[in-house]
Formats: sequence, structure tokens, C-alpha cells
Amino acid sequence: MNTGALLPNSFPFVMSTSLNAWSDALSELYLFGLPLGLVIIAAVPLVFIALYALTYGVYGERKISAFMQDRLGPMEVGAWGILQTLADILKLLQKEDIVNKSADKFLFVIGPGVLFVGSFLAFAVLPFGPAFIGADLNVGLFYAIGIVALEVVGILAAGWGSNNKWALYGAIRSVAQIVSYEIPAAIAILCGAMMAGTLSMQQFNLLQEGPYGFLHFFLFQNPIAWLPFIIYFIASLAETNRAPFDIPEAESELVAGYFTEYTGMKFAVIFLAEYGSMFMVSAIISIVFLGGWNSPLPNVGSLALNDWTNGPVWGAFWIIMKGFFFIFIQMWLRWTLPRLRVDQLMHLCWKVLTPFAFVAFVLIAVWEIYVK
Amino acid sequence: MSNRIAEGFTMSEYFRDIGSSITTIMTGMGITLRHFFNAVKRKGGAGIDEDNYFKQVDGLATLQYPREAIPTPETGRYRLYCDINDCIGCKQCERACPIDCITIETIKVTKDDLGVCGKTSGGQQKKFWVPVFDIDIAQCMTCGICAAVCPTECLYHTQVSDFSEFRRENMIYHFGNLTKLEAEAKEKKLEEEKKAAPKPKPKPAPKAQPAEGG
Repeated sequence: MNTGALLPNSFPFVMSTSLNAWSDALSELYLFGLPLGLVIIAAVPLVFIALYALTYGVYGERKISAFMQDRLGPMEVGAWGILQTLADILKLLQKEDIVNKSADKFLFVIGPGVLFVGSFLAFAVLPFGPAFIGADLNVGLFYAIGIVALEVVGILAAGWGSNNKWALYGAIRSVAQIVSYEIPAAIAILCGAMMAGTLSMQQFNLLQEGPYGFLHFFLFQNPIAWLPFIIYFIASLAETNRAPFDIPEAESELVAGYFTEYTGMKFAVIFLAEYGSMFMVSAIISIVFLGGWNSPLPNVGSLALNDWTNGPVWGAFWIIMKGFFFIFIQMWLRWTLPRLRVDQLMHLCWKVLTPFAFVAFVLIAVWEIYVK
Repeated sequence: MSNRIAEGFTMSEYFRDIGSSITTIMTGMGITLRHFFNAVKRKGGAGIDEDNYFKQVDGLATLQYPREAIPTPETGRYRLYCDINDCIGCKQCERACPIDCITIETIKVTKDDLGVCGKTSGGQQKKFWVPVFDIDIAQCMTCGICAAVCPTECLYHTQVSDFSEFRRENMIYHFGNLTKLEAEAKEKKLEEEKKAAPKPKPKPAPKAQPAEGG
């Protein structure tokens, strides 16, 4: 197939409402025998992460944190400091890429790489709207949870390779925390999978489609669904090392945790990976419990709000907005709660979240089998 | 919750802990969210001595300093300033300064120039030109001793509190009221007058040190 397929009859392709229309069409796009379309599919999440990390992730978080603390935030570079992140990126690019003399060079270099790849690979199964998904795997959800856990390896490699006691402490804390919180998170997600009866990300979205908008979301389809929803949200905070579970990078104790020794682009890559996984867990929670790319607006009488606000472009809008909403809550929590101690962290995971996740699991199973 | 974990705690305490965690987190998040939405307002500039100081807690507190600033008090003593028109060149401040940050050079005024040199605002006849009156503001510690000894009250601390500079030389403030050329002319004039004047006036001592100018 050649490029001609896209150009003359691209209008029906853009307007097509069939599932995965855009990504399927792109995957068949070849330029001079090279799979250009596949490259574009892979580049879309990358560009998205970079743009969102730049705008909402860094600038937005600074502004939100500032407003919550009665400050103004960045104000000098551009109107309302809008170009501040660009200035920071420029600074970061110019920084010397330092590798310590006594660092384990191999681990030190691959650490950020593994971290970013782990976070980025999960985007393969993230549906950006009904028409676009990197890979519509039938075990998409399982894949996403599994591949994000790969970050642990990167964190440990970075912390160990730095040959720095603070970095190692940070890495060990981070690994202990992520591995522990995988359990309540996985069980909570399993509750969602039970409600859906599938692990495919697109199927999750399709099952929550309907004329009554948000009423079709799994969160409102089951009286106990709020419990795994909250458990997964708390556990996802811990998995992305966000406050109040940010002991792996506790500034006041460990300088910067596992990335203390990193500078320049490697530091930027670690940052990007963190923002990538922040969006990923927010997207997972919105797909599993809040309808993913489905519009939350219901059809009210003759006002077909739901029909008007669904479609490929609206779908991308909704899933990104839902992700951003959860990221906002993550930021909101960060500037509200103090950091937990290690023992409190483990107490919360093993003695509170895990038992409650099991309870939710059983209750939802009972509901799905006997009541629904 | 933390201290009781080690001691082992009962089921009711466990649930009470969870309940209190939830309520306290909700309270905290409510507070931060209120501040977030109040960010459209500015806190306003009420000072600590105003009645509504503690009532205006909502809104952004940041002042963007170079553009906005809380005014310094009217009685504030910050940057040293010399009103050179009132200076009689007595050098008392130079002697009083504990860190020698004031440098003064004077030239005696010749008789025919007394009118030109003029009087202070207090009506006192000025008898010295002051070609050099340098204050090293970087050294000045605003102790105020110089201002206290000044007989004409021409040396005082002003309300200006921010006077940072990029170059250290700029921190030396020149208040002298004669240019270098003028100073040389005045010196020559004094020299001539002294030659012309009768001997019994042994007063050229203060003139000995005025150097080549400022």
C-alpha cells in the first residue's frame, strides 16, 4: 500500500466512527516501503507525554501548587510565566551530562532508559478515543499494569548505579513501596475487570457506552465500585511515587532519592517518565471506572448531549480530560498531605488497603454473580 | 495513628483510625481547595497595624517585588543621603563613622566666593567647597551616628530600602557639589588669595590635604 490511500479518500477515514479506524488506517500506511504509519502511532503518545508534561505537568503543577499556597507561581517569563517551562527545558538541555567517577556506568545509563521505556510502553494500550489505540490487546489492562511495574527495575538500576547512599535508599524505598502497592492496586483493578468481564481496554470503553452518559460508568453501575476505585487511586499514588507517598524522593531526607546524581537530559527523561506514568494510572482509573473516552453527559429529552459529545475527537478530549482531572487530584493531594513515614506507608498498604481490596473483591463478585 | 501501630490495637481503634484519616484528609483537602479557588483574589495591602489585617486571609499573598512593594515606614532609616547644599564641610560625620565609609575633601571658600557658595537652609554661611563627599553605601551599616553629629542635619537616612547594584563601584555614592575642573579652579583661587593675603593668618592647615580632586 502507498500514501495514495490516505490522500484522496481521507475524508471518510477521518469521519469514520468504527472502532480503531484511525490507528488501523495508520498502521497500513507505508512510505517508500517503510512503515511510516507505525512510527506515527508510536510518536503520538510520545508527543502527547512531552506536551502534557511541559504544559500541564510542570507549568500546571507549579501554578496549582502556588495557588493552593496563596502564591503566584512563575510570573516572569512570558505572560503569567507561560514560557517558564521552555526556559527550564533550555537550561536542562545545556546542562552537562555528568556520570560520577565511581558510578556503575552501565546501570547508571540504562536506569532512566528502562524507567522511561516502562512508562512509555504502557501507552501502547491506551485508547486515545474510539478511533485510536496503539495496540488493542485482549489483555491490555494486564499488560498496562505489568509493564508499568517494569519501572521498578529502572529505579533500582538508577539508585544502585549512582553509588550514592541517598540514591540507594530512595531506590530501595521506591521498590519496596511499588511492589507492595501492586497488590491492592491489582486487586482493585481486578474488581473492575470482573465488572467488565474483559481485559481489553477498548472493550472496557464500549461496555460503558450508553445514552445516559455517566450512569453507564462502572463506578455507578455497582454499589461497591467506589471502594476499589478509591483503593486503586490511593495505590496508584504510591506506584507513581506521588505525595503523600513520595518517600523515595523525600527532598528533606534523601536530597532527591534515586535520581540524586542525574543531570541534564537523563534527569529530564526521569521526569518525563514520572509524568508519563502519572497520566497512565489516571487513564487506567478513568477507563476502568469512569468510562474512558465516553462522554459523561447524558441525553436529556431532545437534548442528545451524549450523542453530540461522542466520536473520535470528542473521545480523545474526554479521556485526556479525565486523565487530567485525576492528575489534578494527585496534585491537590500533594499540596494537602504531609509525607507518610515508611512504617505508616506499609501499614496503610498491608493492613488497610489490601484487606479492603479483598473485601471489595468478594462483594463485587457476589454482586456480579447473584444480584446483577 | 503511628504510635499505636507498634502497641497493637483493637478492631474498633482500627476503624476509628480509618474514619479519622478520611475526615482529616477531607478537611485538609477542603482547605487547600478553598485557597485554590481564592487564588483569583489578591490579599490586599493591609499592614500589620491595621485592624483588618487578620481578616484578609483569603487570596494570593505574593507581592511581585520590584513592581509591587509594601512601602517602608515613614520613619524608616535605610539608605544614607546627603543634602550637599546644606553641608558646611565640617567633616564631623567622617570622624564619627565607625567603619569609615564616608570620605570628604573640602576646599576653603575664598572671600569673594562666599556669596556664590551661599548659605545653608538654616541660614549658616558655608565656608567650604565640598568637591568630594563619597559614601560607600555597601559598607554603611545604617547606625545613624553620622546623622546624629551632623550640625546642619543635612546627612540622614531615607526611606529607600532597596539599592542593590550589579557593580560594586556603583555602591559608592558621590554627593560632592563641584566637578573636578571647578575644584581645581577653586583651589588655584584659594592659592592666589593666600599669596595675596597678609602673613599672620596661620590657617592653611585644613587646606593641606585637599588632593587633586574628586
